[in-house]
Amino acid sequence: MKNVYINSVGSVSAQKTTHATDFLTDIISYNETVIPAIDPVYKDFIPPAAARRMAKGIKMSIVASKLALEKAGLNNVDAIITGTGMGCLRDSEKFLSSIIDNDEAYLTPTPFIQSTHNTVGGQIALEIQCTGYNFTYVHGSNSFESALLDAKLQLELSEAQNILIGGVDEIGDYTILLNKTINHIKKEPVKSSEIINSQTKGAVFGEGANFFVVSNESNHASLARIEALELYNTLPIQSVAQRARQFLKANNLNTADVDALILGNNGDVEFDIYYDELASGDFKNAQQLVYKPWVGEFHTASAFGLVLAAIILKTQKAPREFQLNSIVSSHFKTILLYNQYRGENHSFTLLRQC
Amino acid sequence: MEALKLELKENIIEQLNLEDMTIADIGDDDMLFGDGLGLDSIDALELIVMLDKNYGIKLTDPKEGRHIFESVNTMATYITENRSK
Repeated sequence: MKNVYINSVGSVSAQKTTHATDFLTDIISYNETVIPAIDPVYKDFIPPAAARRMAKGIKMSIVASKLALEKAGLNNVDAIITGTGMGCLRDSEKFLSSIIDNDEAYLTPTPFIQSTHNTVGGQIALEIQCTGYNFTYVHGSNSFESALLDAKLQLELSEAQNILIGGVDEIGDYTILLNKTINHIKKEPVKSSEIINSQTKGAVFGEGANFFVVSNESNHASLARIEALELYNTLPIQSVAQRARQFLKANNLNTADVDALILGNNGDVEFDIYYDELASGDFKNAQQLVYKPWVGEFHTASAFGLVLAAIILKTQKAPREFQLNSIVSSHFKTILLYNQYRGENHSFTLLRQC
Repeated sequence: MEALKLELKENIIEQLNLEDMTIADIGDDDMLFGDGLGLDSIDALELIVMLDKNYGIKLTDPKEGRHIFESVNTMATYITENRSK
C-alpha cells in the first residue's frame, strides 16, 4: 500500500488563512457567540457571473480549492471528495422560508438548486472541469474525516494519484437562532482566549472551508504524511483514552511519541470532558493545542485542525495563542488529532512529518 | 410606466443577485438575455415567478416569454397590459 501525503492546503476561515504565510503569526481574537469566516476577494477566484448564485459556503470552498490546487501545482485532480455537516445552509433556509412566506407558491429555482449538500463538490468540479469521482459525505462532525478516509483508501490502493478533499460549513441565521434556543451556542459572547475556561454550556459557532490536495506521491512541498485515521459514531467517555492508546499502538507508537496533541475543545462545559480524558491523562506531558476558540465550532471545523497540524509539521512552528498547556515541544514529528461534537462522531487522526 | 420600469430594474437586480449592477447600468431597451445582461435559463424561471408573484401574470407559452423578456421596456409594456395585481 502506498503512503498518503498532504501536498497542499487552502483555507478560508475566521483567521487570516487565505494567505497562509500570515496565519501563524497574526492570530485574530474574537469576543462573539458566532464567528463568521473572513471573506476573501471572491472576484479574484470566481467569475462574477458564476458567483452571483453561489452561497458563501460554495464561494469559500472554491477559493480554498483553487488555493490548494495552485499550491500543489495542479490544474485538475482525479477526484473531489467533500465533507459537510449542514451543506448550503443559507439556501436551504431561504427556500424553506420562501415556502412558508409564499404559502407554498412562487418558489424560485435558485435556492433549491443550490441548497443540496453536494452542490459544493459539483460547483468545484464545474470550475476546474473535473469529470472524475465526485462524492460528498454528510455525517455530522465526522463528515470531513469520512471524506479523508475515502481519499486515503483510494490513494493507498492507487485508484487515484491526486485527490482534492475538503470540509465546509456555513453559518445560517435561522439555524443560529435555533442553536441559541437549545443552548448549543453560548448565551453570552466570550473572548477567544477565555472560551476554554468559560465553564458554560454551548460553543461559539463558526464557519469555514478547508481543502487539501492529498496524493500518494510526495514532493518538496508536501506538508505531512497521513499515517492513520479512525472514526467512531459513539464512544463512551471512559473508552476515549484507551482507544487513543490502541490507535497509537496499532501504528507502532505510544503516547510518548506524540509531539503535539491537537484537540477539538470548544469550551462547552458538558462535552469538553471528553478532551480532558486525553489532556489530563495519557498526554499530559505532550504539547496540547486547540483551534476552535479562534475559528468557531462547526461540523467540519476539524478540517481546520488538520490544516493546523500539517502546517506545524512543515514549519515546525505552532501558534502560541492555540496552546492549551504550558509544554512546548522542541520538534514536531508526530501529531495526533482528536475531535468529537457533543459526545458523538469521534475521530483520531495521526500525522507524521514527511 | 417609468415607475414600473424602475421597479422592474430593482427587482431584476435583487432577484437575480446582480450584485455588481445598479439601476443606471440597465437601459430600458438593453437585451436582458444573450449579448445584453447575459441572463440564462434559470434567470428566465426567476422572472416568470416574479411576474406571477408581483403582477399576477401566469405565462404558459414559452414562445411568448421570448418576446416579453427581451428588455425592461417589453416587460413593462406586457405587465401594464396584463397585470391583475
